[in-house]
Amino acid sequence: MSRTADTPAPVRITFDGRDYDARPGESLAAALLRAGVPATTQRHAPGPARGAFCWMGWCQECRVRHRGRWVEACRLTVYDGLTAEARRAADVR
Amino acid sequence: MSAETDIAVLGAGPAGGAAALAAAAGGARVVLIDEQAHPGGQVWRKKDVDLPGLAETPETCAGARLRGDLEASGATFLGGTRLWHIERVEGGWRLHLLTRGDRAETLTARAAILAPGAREFVQPFAGWTTPGVYGLAGATALMKSQGCPPGRRSVVAGGGPLALFAAAEILRLGGEVAAVATPNGRGDWLRCAPILAANPALARRGAELIARIRRAGVPILWRHVVTRAEGDRALIRVHAAPCGAEWAPTGAARAFDADALCVGHGLIPNVDVAVLAGLPRVYDADRGGWVVEAGPDGRTALEGLFLCGDGAALRGAETAARAGAGTGQAALADLRGTPAPPPAPRRPDLRARFGRAMTALARPRPGLLRLTRPNTVVCRCESLTRATLDAAIDAGAAGLDALKSATRCGMGPCGGRYCLTAAARLIEDRTGAAEGTVPPPVPRPPLFPLPVAAVAAGFDYDDLPIPAPAPL
Repeated sequence: MSRTADTPAPVRITFDGRDYDARPGESLAAALLRAGVPATTQRHAPGPARGAFCWMGWCQECRVRHRGRWVEACRLTVYDGLTAEARRAADVR
Repeated sequence: MSAETDIAVLGAGPAGGAAALAAAAGGARVVLIDEQAHPGGQVWRKKDVDLPGLAETPETCAGARLRGDLEASGATFLGGTRLWHIERVEGGWRLHLLTRGDRAETLTARAAILAPGAREFVQPFAGWTTPGVYGLAGATALMKSQGCPPGRRSVVAGGGPLALFAAAEILRLGGEVAAVATPNGRGDWLRCAPILAANPALARRGAELIARIRRAGVPILWRHVVTRAEGDRALIRVHAAPCGAEWAPTGAARAFDADALCVGHGLIPNVDVAVLAGLPRVYDADRGGWVVEAGPDGRTALEGLFLCGDGAALRGAETAARAGAGTGQAALADLRGTPAPPPAPRRPDLRARFGRAMTALARPRPGLLRLTRPNTVVCRCESLTRATLDAAIDAGAAGLDALKSATRCGMGPCGGRYCLTAAARLIEDRTGAAEGTVPPPVPRPPLFPLPVAAVAAGFDYDDLPIPAPAPL
């Protein structure tokens, strides 16, 4: 998609080792959703994946590892160079 | 770090925002706290992404007005901040907060106004944990704050006006809507006709939403519920079946290809903080289920503790804003020792009647329980199925505390917010108890996952007082 002059330049983020473009101001969960990555965690292996559900920071399904802490991807605003990791089944219990 | 203030307001939606403005206008020191980065709550949520050309809505305008007014008021806004504990102290209330950057702080206030709003209820159904399935209110918040539709092709499902609003928003943001499924029948809406006629502006808005949905060729399935979401790592298909007046599915389901499903079954007032502060809960389906009593001026049974907005009774943004203003004035009057302003004249409150009627449309009906099959996950955090919970109930778990002990239901990171309402209904259903007889567990601090480092960061072994060794 071409960018019009008044659209701000995207920021570059990395999730699980893959790079994505994100809109300044959006949350990590929204950036991943737009990139076609609705699943942000893998719960009890080999169980099904999970992803953002409540979009309000309550359900904790979208938590990712960021700067050594678990944070809700729906409340984490993207910035250039943001790096985060999905949870694995081993992280859960 | 600790601070003190005259009035602390928890929740910066329509109710809390208005309360903060009213109290600050009277010259009180006011601190307004919210877990989101900007005031507005969920209904007047700020757009976080700069999207030129996206038209304003009544909600974005109301939110911008509130944020502007707060900016100009003397109130201090603490965004990105959560309350994890509240306790009564001499002369007021102490709020234990987790602020931006995971720092723990305390705020002592002479009065605390709780305006915690509501959260969403979703009845567990097959596949509701699939990525791409979102709460209806949650998807609405996503669209308001992020300006993006929840998927390329969405199914929207739920009662009351929110489903229609969400579907119209998806279309406006360039998404496709495969279908709108609402458990309400046309007759439910017709019965609201007198109230709608008395609120022509809101009625006109509703008609516009339906017209936009129809123009896009989207089918509106009246008296339908979503019975199953299909997909593994991502949603691929949604099944919706006709339902009865009590919302139990009654017939063969239709399937819709979709990569997003926005589904909700009503709202629940957030009473945790009020209960933690020491107020009793009562069950009142009309106000939204388990609620805490508060007067029209927000006063509660506890001195210096006020409650207003959807967290007290689900009546919508307009009513919440008015209640918030009255509550702010009452708190201010108590602080000054001046008589409270005279109560607003008792005239027919059309907005409150409208809010009440819309709440009634969305109120979850008992037939929803049939959506939760034996192998359906009920507790998302712990991946517990209905069969697991039923076995524990049959073995004697007649309350939620017992069910938690037996199964860990509700003991994951969400704190039971997304399963315990459904679990209480499962217990009521299976034990033959009446609706509203199985109360939620008593909330305990911390109300949110709390990093140990936030409360223990100042600890140092060298600070431990070690007495001098006794002489030999």
